[in-house]
Formats: sequence, C-alpha cells, structure tokens
Amino acid sequence: MEYEAVIGLEVHAQLKTQTKTFCGCATTFAREPNINVCPVCIGMPGVLPVLNRNVVVYACMLAMAVRGEISRRSVFARKNYFYPDLPKGYQISQYELPVNRGGMIHIQLDGADRDIRLNRIHIEEDAGKLMHNQDGTSYVDFNRSGIPLLEIVSEPDLSTPDEAIAYLKKLRTILLYLGVCDGNMEEGSLRCDANVSVRPRGEARLGVKTELKNMNSFRFIHKALDYEIQRQTEVLGRGGTISQETRLWDESSGTTRSMRSKEEAHDYRYFPEPDLLTLEVSDDLLEEARRGVPELPDAKAGRFTAEYGLPAYDAEVLTASRDLAGYFETVVGSFDRPKAVSNWIMSEMLRFIKDIDTEVKDFRVTPDRTAKLLGLIDDGTISGKIAKGVYEQMVSTGKEPDALIKELGLEQISSESSLREVIAPILEQNRKEVGQYKAGKEKLFGFFVGQVMKATAGKANPSVVNDLLKKMLREEKT
Amino acid sequence: MGEGARCRVPLRANMSNKIIVDVKRVAELARLEFTDEELSVFSAQFQAILEYISQIDELKLDDVEPMSSPLPGPQRLRPDNPETGKGCRGLTREAAVANAPESRNGFFVVPRVIE
Repeated sequence: MEYEAVIGLEVHAQLKTQTKTFCGCATTFAREPNINVCPVCIGMPGVLPVLNRNVVVYACMLAMAVRGEISRRSVFARKNYFYPDLPKGYQISQYELPVNRGGMIHIQLDGADRDIRLNRIHIEEDAGKLMHNQDGTSYVDFNRSGIPLLEIVSEPDLSTPDEAIAYLKKLRTILLYLGVCDGNMEEGSLRCDANVSVRPRGEARLGVKTELKNMNSFRFIHKALDYEIQRQTEVLGRGGTISQETRLWDESSGTTRSMRSKEEAHDYRYFPEPDLLTLEVSDDLLEEARRGVPELPDAKAGRFTAEYGLPAYDAEVLTASRDLAGYFETVVGSFDRPKAVSNWIMSEMLRFIKDIDTEVKDFRVTPDRTAKLLGLIDDGTISGKIAKGVYEQMVSTGKEPDALIKELGLEQISSESSLREVIAPILEQNRKEVGQYKAGKEKLFGFFVGQVMKATAGKANPSVVNDLLKKMLREEKT
Repeated sequence: MGEGARCRVPLRANMSNKIIVDVKRVAELARLEFTDEELSVFSAQFQAILEYISQIDELKLDDVEPMSSPLPGPQRLRPDNPETGKGCRGLTREAAVANAPESRNGFFVVPRVIE
C-alpha cells in the first residue's frame, strides 16, 4: 500500500523586544545566569504581570504579513504544568481567544505555488533554561524566563519534508523582514515542533500523529521528518499501530525516540489568566503595526521582475533577505544596469559573504563602491576579468576600486598606439603562425589574442585587440 | 497543542448525566497528597460547588458573550522600555537565589530532571 504523510508545524519565534513580556527585565544576552530577572519572571508570590505593548504590536505585524484575522479582543490563559524551568507552575499563554486566527504562508517548490494555511498565532512567555549535571542535579537560569514568544501554528497542509522546510524558510524570512525575531535556530530564537502522521494515499481521515521535538536546524528538521515518516510507514505497513506520543530527534543516532513522559504531562488545565484583563487591540496600535510592516518578500520579488526586468530566479535570490534586496537597489540607484548588478551580486558578492562568513549589513564593500566598480567595467577602464581581482582586493583591503586600480596599475590598455607597440613584436616573433593564419588557418587568431593578453597581463581591452589584430594581420606580408 | 491540551479540570458525566469531579486526579496534577478520608470530604465539597454553579445552566445565555474576567477591561499595556520596568532593577542575583533551598554559581539547583 502507498502511504502519504501529513505534517503540521508549531513554530516558536522569540521576539526582539527590549524588555520581557510581563516585566521590565532586559532581554539582552547575559553571560551570567539569573542576571536579567525580577520577582515577576522568577515567580515570586504576589507579583502581577503587565503586558509589554510591543509584544502586541509585533504579533499584529506578523498577523498582517500573513493576512490573518486579528482578534480585536483576546484573552490570556494559564497553561499549568510543573517543571523546574517554569517558576510560577504555569505559563501565561493564549488558548481559546488567540490574538490572531488564520492566515497563509505562500511557498514555491519545484516551480509549483502553494498557500499553507495557518491555524493561529498566539502570544506566550518563554520558560527558563535548564542545564543537567552529572552529579544528579540540574541548574536553572531564568534569564530567558518571560521573554516573549509568538507561537505560529500551521494547519496540517504540508505533505513532504521539503514542503515543511520551504514553509519554515519563508516564515523565517517574513519574521526577519518584519524585524521582530532574529531567526537564529541554533541559538533557539526560532524553534520548531512538528506533528507528523501518515495515512494510506487517498484516505481522508488523519492517522495517529506523533509530535517531534529537539530539532534546531533546517537540516535536522528535514532528517527528523524523513525518518519519522519512514518509521510510521513501516509500522503501519506491517500491520502495527502508531501511539500518540512526543518523540525527540537524536542527531547522533539519526533517529527519533519516544520521550518517556507521564500521561498527565499534557493535562494543562487551561483557564483564563485572572491577573490580566481582556487584551484589546486599539486602532492606534493597529496603525502602528501597519506602519511597521515593510514590503514583504513576495511583493518585492514581484516588483524586481516587473520594475528591473530580472528573471524570477534572480528576484528570489535577491529578496531572500531585506538587507540584500536593499543593497541591490542602492547599487542600481547609481549604476542603472539591473541585470549586470544582479549577476555581480549573485556570482561574486554572495560568494565572498559566504566565504568570509559575514552579513550583508557588515560587508566591507558598500553598494556605492560596487556601483563604482561596475561603472569602471562599463566605461572600459578595466575588463570584467580584472574587475574580479580588484573586487577581491576591495573585500580584503576595504579600499576604493579606482584607488586600487591605480595602485596596482590595472587600467585597461585601450589606446591603439600602445597596443600596436605590443602586437608588432608578437607578430615578428611568430612568423610561422602568421604564415599559417594567412594561408587560411583562422583559428590561430585566438593564439595571437592570447599572446597579447599574456604580454599585457590581461590588461589589453579585448575588443580593441580584436579589431586591431585583424587589421594588422591583414597588413602583414606573407 | 496536542489533543490532550483540550482537557480541562478532570470532569466526567456519570450514568445519570451528573457531572462528577475526579478529585484524586486534580490532586495528582497539583502534586498534592490526600488521604482517602480527605478525598471523600473534598469530593463532596467540589460536588456542592459544581451543583451550585450548574444553576447557570437553567438560564438562556446564547446571546451573552463569555466573560474572562469580572473586572472591566481593557488591560493596560506597558511601553517596551527597560527604564520604565518595575521591580527589575533592584533585584540582585544574590537576592534572587537567596531563598532557594540550594544555589551554586548563581544558578538555582534542583534535582536532576532528565534521566
């Protein structure tokens, strides 16, 4: 029998606010444990939470970006469970009335477009961090306790690991465009759990699902989903049953394993948080959120193809990050040959960014300098080939392109008289080849061009060399 | 949000459709230990509360919006500014861990929670 998988994802995105969700503690990285803590976020008796306005603004920004339905009135709820990283014994979350319902994330995979539906987006607070020791103890650090999270829950619309990754990458890009989350999966500011089930192809009912956790990179998520789909398919294929459980991805063995947990672990007994009144999203707040939503990746890519005439592929690569798209547009602002700029960014710039492991915003070669360099190729000062070497120097030294070209004596030789002086001796020294060329062996032309380039260390202007060489060969006596 | 997340306080209907409370289960979830005698006392009390509240079922409330708090809203929001935070500045790490049964290097120490 043939089986198909059904995948739904729950993503937790840590918000880049200055302060925590319900108290004024800083959210900045702390090297020492329990520095950014106060009675509210370590759960002292008698404290009261006061919601951070920006958490609501950011939630509304994301809701707008995914075209969800913002609830003008929503309610916080207590999710009750005992674990040492949760000092109050409950997490303040949202349950029946989340801040956003619905929405879509558009993905493209193998040329096909799909809209993945969202079930909801809600606000909640993060838990503390645990470190487990060999001596039978665990350490608790509450610096992270109370940092705001958005939980983004998809509908079970995904059917392959590739689709799941495309969805996650798109969601991450949107969060980065909005500037509400830094999207770092290794450091846990973007976390993903997956609900996975399989069913016979064509069957309408969903199979029993497992929940996968502990996957902190796109690669691990892909591997974990692959493994789990195969595992469930095998179990069902030999007539077994899947038990509903939470499974952890174990990178060292490349498998998922059942997380031993007592059945009560999932009995959260949600009830409305009595310490917080109804959350009302005001017109002012909505307006502020609207102003915070920039042109989003899909719209930008569409504009790049329409306005700059770029191929869809270029537009997609360039809009993968807001910084890169901005870089491209700044270069085009002073050097108006969009495709040439796009080619340079995709083939040269991105390679260096990757090689030296930096970010677009920290990259040494400013858009202004890239535009200058491309201008110098365009006006014939240097060839495209020489330009690549100059660019490398620009990356390593941080110097201006024209200064480097002067310093290294790389200006292209375009003057006919100078090139005549180079070509004449070459023809003199290669009488045999000249004779063969004139006798009809025209492919020897390339040999002469090569000799000229060699003699000028690549600085000769190729088109001038072509014309001049043809002329001079014609003038040669046999 | 697994299926189990939909569970509320453990309630179930018995044969005569009367709601009864599983006090033993509630106690387990709250990490409380009771004797059988206490359990039966609390069961009766819970039952009385539920019966009292169930009077509300006799009313026609289809047009009434569910209330999440008896206090008038909306909740006030706090500007996202570290300076305006309350109660955050004064607490030192030493004070934070001072009442913990055990602390080490600024961490709270608890019995190991993972096998």
